[in-house]
Amino acid sequence: MTAFHLYMAQRLSALVMAPFVLVHLGVMIYAIQGGLTAAEILGRTQGSLFWFLFYGMFVIAVALHAALGLRVILAEWAGLRGGVLNGVSTAIGLGLLGLGAHAVWAVTAGGGA
Amino acid sequence: MLVYLNRNTGSTAPERWKAKVTQRETITVTVQRGSAATGQQAQEFQVPAYESQTVLDVVSWIQQNTDPTLTYRFACRVGMCGSCAMMVNGVPRWTCRTHVKKVLKDQRIDIAPLRNLPVLKDLAVDMDPFFDKWVAAEGRHHPTAGREEPIPAINPEAQNRQVASAGIECINCSICYAACDTVANDPDYLGPAALQRAWTLYNDAKDADRSAILDAVSGKGGCHSCHSMGSCTTYCPNGLDPLSAIAGLKRATTRRFFGGGA
Repeated sequence: MTAFHLYMAQRLSALVMAPFVLVHLGVMIYAIQGGLTAAEILGRTQGSLFWFLFYGMFVIAVALHAALGLRVILAEWAGLRGGVLNGVSTAIGLGLLGLGAHAVWAVTAGGGA
Repeated sequence: MLVYLNRNTGSTAPERWKAKVTQRETITVTVQRGSAATGQQAQEFQVPAYESQTVLDVVSWIQQNTDPTLTYRFACRVGMCGSCAMMVNGVPRWTCRTHVKKVLKDQRIDIAPLRNLPVLKDLAVDMDPFFDKWVAAEGRHHPTAGREEPIPAINPEAQNRQVASAGIECINCSICYAACDTVANDPDYLGPAALQRAWTLYNDAKDADRSAILDAVSGKGGCHSCHSMGSCTTYCPNGLDPLSAIAGLKRATTRRFFGGGA
């Protein structure tokens, strides 16, 4: 994986995230009109393949994008290099992916659409 | 205080000259002295102020009149050779073309060696890393023809030629390199001048290996490390735009990634 591939991965993940962010915010603003409970949210998301794929891909893009962005900051501001830099940024990416995947699974698995 | 000697008689200057000299205002100049081995320390000098005076004139005055051991670098004195760049009040400048009045603050000037390069002594830095990165960025000509073949005509109006021409007046002064925060934070980063050189060659119809250029600028510390902060373009004394050149390289490498060719 060259520096250029990491650059492309970060830009492409940003490209993927852009519509997800807009839909995420738009649906949130639309859905809370008139109040919304957790049970109502789960009622709509649990068992939905669409929201599973939507937030699943969103989480993958976020984990990649954030880890690569932080990798540059860690290199330039914290002076990390080589294996330490790769190790720390991979751990950040996997951590974000794990937390995000857990949340996606929690709101979309089970129940019935 | 200066004492002028009458060159013909060897006697001291007439009274009216002395009066002029003693009334002359002085500038307080702080110069960073020492090498990487000894560490740098600020030293203060009083330099007479003149109506028309460059920062290089000030440094030369100190070396010629106060401390002959002061080390600095210059050659042409007219903004062509790129030798005399220094940090003036914390900002990289070509000192031969920087008028003192432009940078004077409370009758003071701070002068230091260029940022981001190893100090040799006082105001002279080691330019090797700067030029090594030109080579690393594949900033060399890849010929399209041998010496026996006719020289192909170049259309100066062609778009590629105009893009190349926009960057070829670089005088290698390293001011952009000193101004760049990415260079400061990432020792591998090739820097604005080397990348701009690569961009001019990439757009040169007489260069035969555009792929090699894109490969060279796509590695560790290549054009993709640039954060587009733009200090290079802000401080370039020749009004060049390395920021746009680097953006051009990013576009070219991305186009190639999607199969657009070099």
